Amino acid sequence: MREILYRHAIREALDEELTRDENVVIMGEEVAQYNGAYKVTEGLWEKWGDKRIVDTPISEAGFIGMGIGASMLGIRPVMELMFWSFHSVAFDQLVNNAANVRYMSGGLCHCPIVMRGPANGGTNVGATHSHTPEGLFAAFPGLKVCSPATPADAKGLMKTAIRDNDPVYIMENTLLYGMSGPVPDPADGDHLAPLGKADIKREGSDISLIAHGRSVLRALEAAETLQSEHGISAEVLDLRSIRPLDQQAIIDSVMKTNRAVLVDESKPFCGVSAQITTLIQEHAFDHLDAPVKRVCSLDAPAIYSPYVEDEQLPNPRRIIEQVLSIA
Amino acid sequence: MMDSPPTSLDFSQSKVNKDLTNADKIEFYRQMVRIRRFEQTALKFYNGGKMGGFLHLYIGQESVAVGTISLCGDNDHVITAYRCHGHALTVGMDMNPCMAELYGKATGSAKGKGGSMHLFDPSRNFWGGHGIVAGQTPLGLGLAYAVKYKNLQGCCLCYMGDGAVNQGAFHESLNIAALFDIPVVYIIENNGYSMGTSQQRSSAYKDCLAQRAEAYDMDWDLVNGEDLYEVRAKTHIAIERARKESKPTVLEIATYRYYGHSVADANAKKYRTPDEIEKYKTYHDPIRLWRRRLIEEAVFTDAEADAIDKEAKQAATDSAKFADESPAPTVEAIFDDVYWETDNNTEASKIGRHFFND
Repeated sequence: MREILYRHAIREALDEELTRDENVVIMGEEVAQYNGAYKVTEGLWEKWGDKRIVDTPISEAGFIGMGIGASMLGIRPVMELMFWSFHSVAFDQLVNNAANVRYMSGGLCHCPIVMRGPANGGTNVGATHSHTPEGLFAAFPGLKVCSPATPADAKGLMKTAIRDNDPVYIMENTLLYGMSGPVPDPADGDHLAPLGKADIKREGSDISLIAHGRSVLRALEAAETLQSEHGISAEVLDLRSIRPLDQQAIIDSVMKTNRAVLVDESKPFCGVSAQITTLIQEHAFDHLDAPVKRVCSLDAPAIYSPYVEDEQLPNPRRIIEQVLSIA
Repeated sequence: MMDSPPTSLDFSQSKVNKDLTNADKIEFYRQMVRIRRFEQTALKFYNGGKMGGFLHLYIGQESVAVGTISLCGDNDHVITAYRCHGHALTVGMDMNPCMAELYGKATGSAKGKGGSMHLFDPSRNFWGGHGIVAGQTPLGLGLAYAVKYKNLQGCCLCYMGDGAVNQGAFHESLNIAALFDIPVVYIIENNGYSMGTSQQRSSAYKDCLAQRAEAYDMDWDLVNGEDLYEVRAKTHIAIERARKESKPTVLEIATYRYYGHSVADANAKKYRTPDEIEKYKTYHDPIRLWRRRLIEEAVFTDAEADAIDKEAKQAATDSAKFADESPAPTVEAIFDDVYWETDNNTEASKIGRHFFND
């Protein structure tokens, strides 16, 4: 299978959906003439022009709210947040309007919009630019949240999200944009990945490493070392989608391995892994041979210093340490 | 509160008004009276403990919704803030589902999920009813953006109170509206008070609030809201600018609310004097003025006006009875209307867990 970059996989998804549906519009800061701050939308403005690829001012509450309003009337905007960290200046629009308008109208409105952009630490940009709000937004009923780890999933989830009739927030990762991986050729048909379906990225029998986003890759690295140096067979389950959530895949994996370490770049307090932990204890309690352990970002604002930032994030060393504490 | 600008011009002869039939003029009266009777009835039963939450009354401001929305066509859209009963009834929503929504009943326009602040009827191009001050201003921008995107000649009337003009979302919306030539008409219903704080104590301005549009190179106008003819004449110019030139406008319509910010406003009679309220009721009431005008024009008689009023009062009373007798939503219904996909039982909705109650 051909290999393409994560950023190009997303671009291919956008390009295909722009072709499929004339109501799809890409909007955001620097997405058009600048070709995207992270070059995800490179070339799309040249191909599609001003109507379909729209540069917005730095005005998140304004343009995100505009996209939500337009989606209520049948447009299908795909909004780029240059960083998901900028959600805070558009929070009212993201949670009060996008998440609630269907409910408050008794189902008379819906909001088929996609918000996408990178949400990650690890690039030495400090606390304001390193937020990982997937758990935060998944806590609002009405929203859907996913976080692809591979180019194939990035493309497949993006296309599914654009076709979904609810607001879907996609958390990408600047450190993944330049990574390549196999993605099915468009000539072989539409490549879609469903929301709400996890994917076993590595089969294993001794312990389940449950992760999403870039943490999946860190877990896979750790799994290699656990196998080669400790003889531990770790299964890596990639959630892909946070809400809807593939609870069955989580429970199935834990029932198979009887141990779980959750790897989650969110902060530990009420992060995604906190929710997964409670589901495991409630639905697989009798199958656990050890407490559920978590490897999250260390519980402080994201540090700038390039010397230590990687230690704040889930990394193979920290994952292995937690695994060895229970396996 | 700002003093009403002097009405020196007779807007009854404006292009958009001189062709009005007697039936049209009577209909405006009927719509305003229906809003007032609906809300007086709602207030009675709110005080009687039949409703929860807030009740933001529009009484005193009726000419704004009726005058502006009377100009709307098929491709024109309406969105407003939480003081939304007047707009809802004017776009043509029935009293029954509106009152039932206030009661929180399953027969409400939003099945009892939105309440007083969140009346919606997209089939009539009415997009709410929004609870956060100025939160609807980017949505109005988006509705107008969609109209333009679809190459339709139309606009969005986006209403807000005078308290909304100091929110960032409003200024962001103005900038984008002007920058992208979006056919949106922002209508500031200036009743003089953002909750309990007067305009002078809440906003920095030179001559008026709409003048802020100049900073965005946008057209604006100041409207005397007590004169329905003036509301229609000036709003029509803004709507035509939106429809034909795809240009936004800010209108500031001077008006007044007789009741507090909401019925729960404990200080409603403290931050303004009883004299001030009485002055408005006596000299500036839009329904009273319109009625007098139509009698002067021999459009209808006092007796005919009374009959319209009586009919509106009866309809409001009936709607309260309907709401009172309607069933409450079921607990199961809490999970409806969260996701389009689960509501429609699609294939996508069957993949993964959407709700996390256990």
